[in-house]
Amino acid sequence: MQPKLLNDMLQKPSHQPLLILQVGSHLLFAEAHIPGSEYAGPGSQPAGLELLRKRVASEPKNRLIVLYCGCCPWDRCPNMGPAYRQLRDLGFTNVKAVYMASNFGDDWVAKGYPVEKGR
Amino acid sequence: MQKDTPLKRDDSAISIPLPSAARRTFSLRAPLLLLSAILLGGSALGYSENALVNRHAPAFARVDLHTSQQIHLSDYRGKVVLLNFWATWCAPCLLEMPRFVAWQRQYGKSGLQVLGVSMDDDDSPVRSLDRKLILNYPVVMGDEKLGELYGGVLGLPVTYLVDRNGVVRARFQGETDLDKIEEQLKLLLSAPRATSRPH
Repeated sequence: MQPKLLNDMLQKPSHQPLLILQVGSHLLFAEAHIPGSEYAGPGSQPAGLELLRKRVASEPKNRLIVLYCGCCPWDRCPNMGPAYRQLRDLGFTNVKAVYMASNFGDDWVAKGYPVEKGR
Repeated sequence: MQKDTPLKRDDSAISIPLPSAARRTFSLRAPLLLLSAILLGGSALGYSENALVNRHAPAFARVDLHTSQQIHLSDYRGKVVLLNFWATWCAPCLLEMPRFVAWQRQYGKSGLQVLGVSMDDDDSPVRSLDRKLILNYPVVMGDEKLGELYGGVLGLPVTYLVDRNGVVRARFQGETDLDKIEEQLKLLLSAPRATSRPH
């Protein structure tokens, strides 16, 4: 999913409620994150995957779940792959990954899309 | 080993390969998503990427993980400071750091001071990696306040070059040609410190 598409979805109040999870650095999340998104732990670490598993435990398997990170260039991101795979392995059928080509700053904030701060 | 697939575009769709780490485990060759829209650029709002260049580097104080002593950025006034924001989970960061170690060794006597700011969530992996890489420069822990102070560190690595007068002269984001950083570094090292004006 391109960042623009997610931003467009956020602007449409009639759209089904999104579950947006940041699966990277908590510190970078605190600095800036997508409004309404939740920190779900770094996908590169077992503790992060456990946090993610617990967060989605009560969610219906067909719920639209949007994952993003943006810690590093897409091809170098250690978090998105493991997080996506875990959700797929848990049976979630509607998981989208936001394509941050460079990082969250360049691909989301610099484009003027909305952000929130704090943990 | 599967070769990296470049980003492909046509008039109606964009296909995106998963990160390499993901492809190794998923063996997914299909695109993640097809979009009908072409990505449009946007204006930069609130993300002051290069706003610090040619301004005084924001002051900060942090504890050096090596010595447990508090250091201030101002302690290095008179030196050229390479201020590197990094994290243990950041692969491009780890590629750069051995070069920074070499530069500290090579240019330290000429007035270079490398200073590492870890943006990890806690210091235990930082200490482990520090021992492994044998970093020969101070390493401190960052936080969101320091990130914001430095224009928004919202992706790593980020490296600033600060001249002998404490003025930011360059910012490098992401995977960077290290030869370019070294080139600018040498220019700054060759420049004398400005003398203060008489009152």
